Amino acid sequence: MFKVNEILMKRQLASGVKEIIIFAPMVSRAAKAGQFITIMTDEKGERVPMTLVDWSATEGWIKIVISEVGLTTLKLGSKEVGETLYYLAGPFGNPVSELNSSTIILVGGGVGVPAIYPIARSLSRNNTVISIIGYKNANSILYEREIGEVSDEVIIATDDGSKGQKGFTSDALRELLDSGRKADAVWVIGPAMMMKACSEVTRPYAIKTFASLNSITVCGSGMCGACRVSVGGKTKYTCMDGPEFDAHEVNWDELILRLGAYKEEEKRALGRYILRSAN
Amino acid sequence: MKQLTERERMAKRLPTYRIRDFDEVELGFTEDQAIREASRDIRFCKASCMLGCPVGVNIPEMLRLVAEGNYEEAYRRLIKKSPFPAITGRVCPQERQCEMFCVLAKAGKPISIGAIERFVGDWALANNVKEEATIKPNGLKVAVVGSGPASIVVASDLARLGYSIDMFEESHMAGGVLVYGIPEFRLPKEIVRKEVHRLKELGVNIRLGVPVGTAITIGELAREYDAVFLGVGAGHPKFLNVPGENLLNVYTANEFLTRANLMKGYRFPEYDTPLHVGKRVAVIGAGNTAMDSVRTAKRLGAEEAIVVYRRSRQEIPARAEEVLNAEEEGIKFEFLLEPIELLSNDKRTVSGIKLMKMKLIESSNCERKAVVPTGDTTKLDVDTVITAVGFNPNPSLKIGTNGLDTDDMGRIKVDGQGRTSLKGVYAGGDIVTGEGTVIEAMGWGRRASTAINEDLSVR
Ligand SMILES: Cc1cc2nc3c(=O)[nH]c(=O)nc-3n(C[C@H](O)[C@H](O)[C@H](O)COP(=O)(O)OP(=O)(O)OC[C@H]3O[C@@H](n4cnc5c(N)ncnc54)[C@H](O)[C@@H]3O)c2cc1C
Ligand SMILES: Cc1cc2nc3c(=O)[nH]c(=O)nc-3n(C[C@H](O)[C@H](O)[C@H](O)COP(=O)(O)OP(=O)(O)OC[C@H]3O[C@@H](n4cnc5c(N)ncnc54)[C@H](O)[C@@H]3O)c2cc1C
Ligand code: SF4
Ligand code: SF4
Ligand code: FES
Repeated sequence: MFKVNEILMKRQLASGVKEIIIFAPMVSRAAKAGQFITIMTDEKGERVPMTLVDWSATEGWIKIVISEVGLTTLKLGSKEVGETLYYLAGPFGNPVSELNSSTIILVGGGVGVPAIYPIARSLSRNNTVISIIGYKNANSILYEREIGEVSDEVIIATDDGSKGQKGFTSDALRELLDSGRKADAVWVIGPAMMMKACSEVTRPYAIKTFASLNSITVCGSGMCGACRVSVGGKTKYTCMDGPEFDAHEVNWDELILRLGAYKEEEKRALGRYILRSAN
Repeated sequence: MKQLTERERMAKRLPTYRIRDFDEVELGFTEDQAIREASRDIRFCKASCMLGCPVGVNIPEMLRLVAEGNYEEAYRRLIKKSPFPAITGRVCPQERQCEMFCVLAKAGKPISIGAIERFVGDWALANNVKEEATIKPNGLKVAVVGSGPASIVVASDLARLGYSIDMFEESHMAGGVLVYGIPEFRLPKEIVRKEVHRLKELGVNIRLGVPVGTAITIGELAREYDAVFLGVGAGHPKFLNVPGENLLNVYTANEFLTRANLMKGYRFPEYDTPLHVGKRVAVIGAGNTAMDSVRTAKRLGAEEAIVVYRRSRQEIPARAEEVLNAEEEGIKFEFLLEPIELLSNDKRTVSGIKLMKMKLIESSNCERKAVVPTGDTTKLDVDTVITAVGFNPNPSLKIGTNGLDTDDMGRIKVDGQGRTSLKGVYAGGDIVTGEGTVIEAMGWGRRASTAINEDLSVR
């Protein structure tokens, strides 16, 4: 029998991106597309949110995909199969909105691609799903097959054109809409800048657009307010009222500003960690 | 009339030293002090003090046993009413509860009931006083949601009666506000850890990382268990709702205290969670949460730490002892001011607060004086703002649950014994009363555990 929070499998998907499968029966039973968990690697660690990418209630596991961008995600990525995480809680947040017999465009950028996978899977049951997935270059492509399995159509974009269309996901999205393709709704997940750009693309078309926000969180459960964002001029909690919001109503500049609040500390903590691991 | 002897005072660490670390400020009574203070008690008075204690501790009995040096017996009797005296002795607002009702209070010299209770609790922890009774399992299962004071009491009461208890807590540490809110310098976490450990010794199964509502619904718990207790507190912070609230370096008190206490941000980078404390920090509000935030900010290096309160000194709701401690530590207080806007020089980081000057006026329909704006404004230059303006119940608990009645503020409705509108589901503590005190939450826990045991016994 596995221990709760034990790492069952780990796989490198691209440079600095890892897929991790964790034994978490309680979470796997309740998980729904669009929700997330929070994790602490160790007693002294930060509590960070990660999107639920896949799960099996019968086998009791959940899957996350992490991008190693700082101290916590590096520590997480260095955990080996058989080790257990100090803390894992969830699911948190609202499940993805339900739609029926619509045409939906899902846009994922980088590690945002795995995050759109459960949404595509859930929405593709009753809708036509077109997925636009974007990466830096051909080497950073991940989750292409998985997205293909749950989409009616997949468009790949790379910044340098080394695979698929050349350009950002927002460019691909604009081309698609300009070409006359009709869509009832658009979902975007990825870096805040990318989500902002995509929401500007859909605005003139007045297509309902959802973004899953990645604001800094501390608790994930509505008790701290660290994750607050302005949506439609009102202060909202990403973890409780979101993470999915109307992208046209989000104050993106404020979100981007708040995401950078701890840049100095993050650098310091990371430097210290790398030094330590080297010794 | 005989001259009243003076109250014994707990020794405290000097402000200049204590503002440099997070070690406990008040040192507790020595044995001699405890005996001397307990002996000041007037035997055969009407023990009006007991009226002020929300759980009805038999105070004269405790005082007599301590005066006799019989601490173990004092402890065993005390915990029948107040199960965690090392905690309540430290955090009860005694000046508004037991001590206010002591006959000696009129002369300004009430018995230091809290300090004695703390002494008894600490003595029991230090001497590892064990449970007497052996527990006979009764085959009934109860789910306890949350791990704050209310839930801890329900779990320990029912475990002793032989119930099998699963406690569900969403955080990574059990204890509720006792671990994420109240700082180390007021309530050492080692004490909470020991009390939680005792729960485990009683056989309580504590399951961390389970947000009830999304991970499992109240309905599911009610089907799986013979009874469910909801002690989830009211920890969803209110905002000021003024422009500028989302500028950098504006924290809710809960975020600030969680980063500092629960995540041990005060030891960054040894611990990974960072937090920013500037040179001039303003805390909005004057409750316990505000007092804890402002003193934490001071300890984290703020040169000036200021409490901004819309009423006056007299109306401060925080525990009196802590207001005194804060003043000793050099905390400044600004009264009759209400923030109307948070200002910024660079449109990113907070640089000041625009404040409305307020005044108090007599009000006919309210005990308290009403506070109204004067129309004059002023400005306070600060580089960090912490808002401590109250809490709402967290609505996520109710996800997937129908038929659980709440009032217009989101508090769960219960009868006098903690029974909710759902059969087999009970609630107590801040989720029922709104922001209350630790001992009130414990009192609700006791009422609910009694009701659960009664209801399940007659079934
Ligand atoms: C609901 C939600 C779902 C998420 N899902 C995923 C996911 O599936 N995969 C994934 O790789 N990342 C996900 N993230 C982002 C992830 O939580 C952060 O990248 C992670 O916390 C960074 O921690 P770090 O210590 O490694 O990096 P840090 O050194 O702390 O920061 C590096 C960068 O991450 C941002 N960041 C820092 N702390 C947080 C935080 N607590 N929350 C969000 N962003 C932060 C900073 O702005 C900075 O740019 C999600 C975030 C949210 C809010
Ligand atoms: C900073 C601060 C200082 C204070 N100082 C004092 C003081 O000096 N003296 C005093 O008497 N009182 C004080 N209080 C008030 C006192 O702490 C509270 O009244 C008391 O803790 C309430 O207890 P509770 O059991 O109802 O809930 P809480 O202590 O709030 O605990 C609730 C627990 O439930 C968990 N939870 C919430 N939702 C869920 C869910 N859906 N699923 C699972 N778990 C959940 C939370 O994580 C938390 O651990 C203070 C409060 C604060 C915030
Ligand atoms: S529990 Fe609190 S209010 Fe009651 S006697 Fe003890 S210190 Fe006083
Ligand atoms: S504490 Fe005060 S009121 Fe209570 S028994 Fe002693 S003297 Fe009387
Ligand atoms: S992360 Fe704490 S309230 Fe959302």
